Order: sequence, then structure tokens, then C-alpha cells
Amino acid sequence: MCGIVGLLLKNRALRPQLGELMVPMLIGMTERGPDSSGMAVFSDRVAGDHRKISLYCADRDFGWSSFEGLLREHLGASRCEIKVNHCIVTTGADPQRVREWLAKDFPTVHVLSVGRSIDLYKDVGLPAAVADRYAFKRLSGTHVVAHTRMATESAVTPENAHPYTAGEDWCLVHNGSLANPGSIRRKLEKLGSRFESDCDTEGACRYLHWRIQSGDALETALEHAFEDFDGFFTFLMGTENKLALVRDPFACKPAVVAETDDYVAIASEFRSLAHLPGVKHAELFEPKPAEVYSWTVQ
Amino acid sequence: MDGAVKARSQPVVFDLARQQLRELNQFLHGDLRGVSSVTVENPDGAHSIAVGLNAPVKVEVNGHAGYYVAGMNQGGSVVIHGNAGPGCAENMMSGRVEVTGFASGGAGASAHGGLLVIRGDAGLRCGISLKGGDIVVGGDVGSFSAFMAQAGRMVVCGSAGEGLGDSIYEAVIYVRGNVTSLGADARLEPMGEDDLTAVAKLLADAGMEHSPSEFKRIASAKALYHWNADADLTY
Repeated sequence: MCGIVGLLLKNRALRPQLGELMVPMLIGMTERGPDSSGMAVFSDRVAGDHRKISLYCADRDFGWSSFEGLLREHLGASRCEIKVNHCIVTTGADPQRVREWLAKDFPTVHVLSVGRSIDLYKDVGLPAAVADRYAFKRLSGTHVVAHTRMATESAVTPENAHPYTAGEDWCLVHNGSLANPGSIRRKLEKLGSRFESDCDTEGACRYLHWRIQSGDALETALEHAFEDFDGFFTFLMGTENKLALVRDPFACKPAVVAETDDYVAIASEFRSLAHLPGVKHAELFEPKPAEVYSWTVQ
Repeated sequence: MDGAVKARSQPVVFDLARQQLRELNQFLHGDLRGVSSVTVENPDGAHSIAVGLNAPVKVEVNGHAGYYVAGMNQGGSVVIHGNAGPGCAENMMSGRVEVTGFASGGAGASAHGGLLVIRGDAGLRCGISLKGGDIVVGGDVGSFSAFMAQAGRMVVCGSAGEGLGDSIYEAVIYVRGNVTSLGADARLEPMGEDDLTAVAKLLADAGMEHSPSEFKRIASAKALYHWNADADLTY
């Protein structure tokens, strides 16, 4: 199993409430995914050449304040927003330099996401506990991609939780499982991808990102995925200004979409949408198999 | 005793915003003498609403239901005023289930009897392994519907997706619109008088108005009924 959740706000006035609207959606998917959860939230892009880098360290007593000092010393002006064992760094430094510095000096600190508008949190525990731990309710932004995990093919660890990211401002969550994650991984590793977890979803995320980077439109990338992925999936993907949703050609895993003038909300099941304002008058539909749906932030 | 029966003959309402689903289902599995109808408010996509009914009780669900609504129904009459999640009326034995919106995948799966009416579209695998129930869908049905359906009838007023009736046994499918593709061993057959009568009756029972002559009949070619040792077994 697993639950997927997505929300894109069309009404700008609702953006400060993104987290508040989304947390009950996440909690609604607890039975589908009680062991871990996570979310990628997209908000206004940072200025100039700056990047936001979401970091995670399993050690809850990790000394983030001394880390912050050393970060500034090595990489120049940077800002750290610390939440428990996550830290969102805003920096003008080249993200590759940051990765190299972390690998050398802080090998226990992992990069969860890089981009101009994405922040990412993920951890083990019930969705309500994870949402509380990182104060998801207080998050604002334009859109969010979230997930509740029931592990079936790899261990319950923070790195195996979703969302997964590749490149910048790109993330993916998955309900389903792939039977050939090994061959996808070997193919991508030969092309230079570096994997950070054991989860089948990481391969799907990196595969689609690789195809898009190679010039495919999302639709074309997914056509290739239908050929190359052996398994079943509902994927929800986020970019700086879009949400995209696709179900495998057999539509093994559910999804339902509610659209109003104010928002587009996506979840594995309606019970995650039931609390949304105006949902009774929303246009509700189930995405058709192998059809790509996407929505853009206006 | 009279008082108790009288009290229970009042309309019974369960509000799932305030009450547990288990309270509703335990009530429905209890002694329902004197209870003619039960209304469920704020279902909000809850799973297993009114599963395992075993009495001729009427249940009205005002909103969208989740997985397995009215599953295993025996004699009950359930109306979902909204959409239904996966496995609606699965394994129904008798009675009637109606969905005014759309139904997700596997609607009416393995139903042995009764009538399932879906006014909107049905998702994939509608009527999979149907064992004698009847299904009438006002809109389209998704791919692989009536897969291995053994007995019963399916009437589709819209169109059907891929692989309709794959490996079908004695069930019969009637489709008004297009069929994207037929599954293995399913074939189009001419509509006979019995078919026209059957479709007219099922449409009337479902409260849908179409001319039976607009429907096509799909049934088993029966080429898969017996093992053919000489067949080309490469897949």
C-alpha cells in the first residue's frame, strides 16, 4: 500500500494555509501508510542564483548551530532554518560544492532536495507524528507533494521514505511497487546517477528525471517508463510550478482528484479530501490509466 | 417490547462525522425488526460501509463511500448518493446496490446475485469474476471488465475499455457504445429476442431509458473451455 497526497492552490489568498489544508489530507492516508511519511513543499523561489538545500541527519542531537558556523566559513553567506533533525540551507554556493563539502566533513548529513523553491521533509513515524515534528501545519506555499508509506520492498528508514528527488525542483512519490528496480538502477548508474537508498521509487524518480533532462517532455518520459518499468504505480510528481499525476496502464493503485476554483487536490482516496473547503461542489474524478494529468501554478 | 419496536421504527440516522463506522455496521448486523431504513450521513470516503447486510433493510448513504461499500450484501437495498470506492458491492448475494455517481475499480466483483446499478462510469475490472449478479452501468466501464465472468449479466450504456470479457464463461455482456477491444475468447454475437427482453428488463430495473436494440451482445466463444494440448503454447 501507501498513500499519496497533492495540493496545488489556485487561489493566492490560500497560500499561507497550504500546510493547514494539507495536514488532514496526509493524516487521512495513515491507514495506507503508517510507517513513514514526507512532503515536498514548493514556495516562492529564492532570489538570484541562490538555492535551497534540504538536509537531514538521523542524529537528533546533531550540532546544527556549529554546523551553521562552519557552513558559512566554507561556503560563504548562507542561512540555516533548523527543524529538529532537518535543516533548510539557503545559499549562494554551488550545490555541488555543498555536496562535496558535506561528504567530506559531515558524512551523516544527507541532501534531501536542491532547488529554488522546494523544501523537503521526510521521516519514519505515523503521519500525524511526522507532521507535528516538523510543524507541517505552519508551512505556506503554492503546492505540495506528500506521501504516507507502508514499506513492502525495503526497510523502514528515513532515506527510504518518500518523496524522492533528482536534480533541482523535481520530486516524486509512489504508490505501488516495481519488480525491476535493480535493472533500472544499474542502467542509471552507468549513466552517472548516484543512488542514496534501497527503495524502488528512487529508481523511478531518477529515471524520469534523466529522461526529462535528456529532452523528453513528461508525457514522452512516461511513455518510456511504461515500457521500462515492470510493476504498478500511481506517481505524483512536483516541479517548481507543476503537479503531475499518472497511473500505470492497469490502474492497479487508486487516485482521486478534486478540483475547484481555489485548488486541485489529489489523494489515493476520497477520505483525504473530505475535509477540504468546498469539496462537496468540487469536480471529482478518477484519473484514467496511462494518462498524464498536470496542473500549473498560475 | 412494543415501545422498543416503536422506538426503532423511527428513521435511524448514523452520522459518521460523530459516530464510529463499527456502530453502524454492528447495528446493521443486529436485530433489524421494525427498522425499514437507515441513513448514513458524512460517509466521507470511509471503508466498508454497510458490508455484510443480511436483511431486507434500506440504507441510504449521503455522500461518497470508500472501499467495499455494501460488499457481501444479502437482501439489502443500498443507495450511495455519491461515488463509491474500489470493490463496491463485491460478492453481493442478493438485493440491490445503486451508486448515483461513479464507482472505482472492481465494482460488483464476484457478485453471486442481486443488482448493482452505477449511474456514472465504472472503473477498471467491473464485474470481474461475476458469478450470477447483474450489473447495469449508465456510463462507461474501464478495461478488463467482466474478466473470467462465470454467470450473470452486465449492461453497459456507454463504452467499454480494453480486454472486455477476457476468458469469460457463461456471463453475457451487453454494450451500447464502443468496445475498445475484446478479451481472449470473448466475441460479438447477434442479439436474440431473449437478449432484447433481458436488456429491457434490466434497464427498467435500473431506471435507465435506452432502446435495447442499440446494444451489442458479447459472450464466450468457448474456445478456452477445454484444454487444447495441440495449441501453440508460446506466449
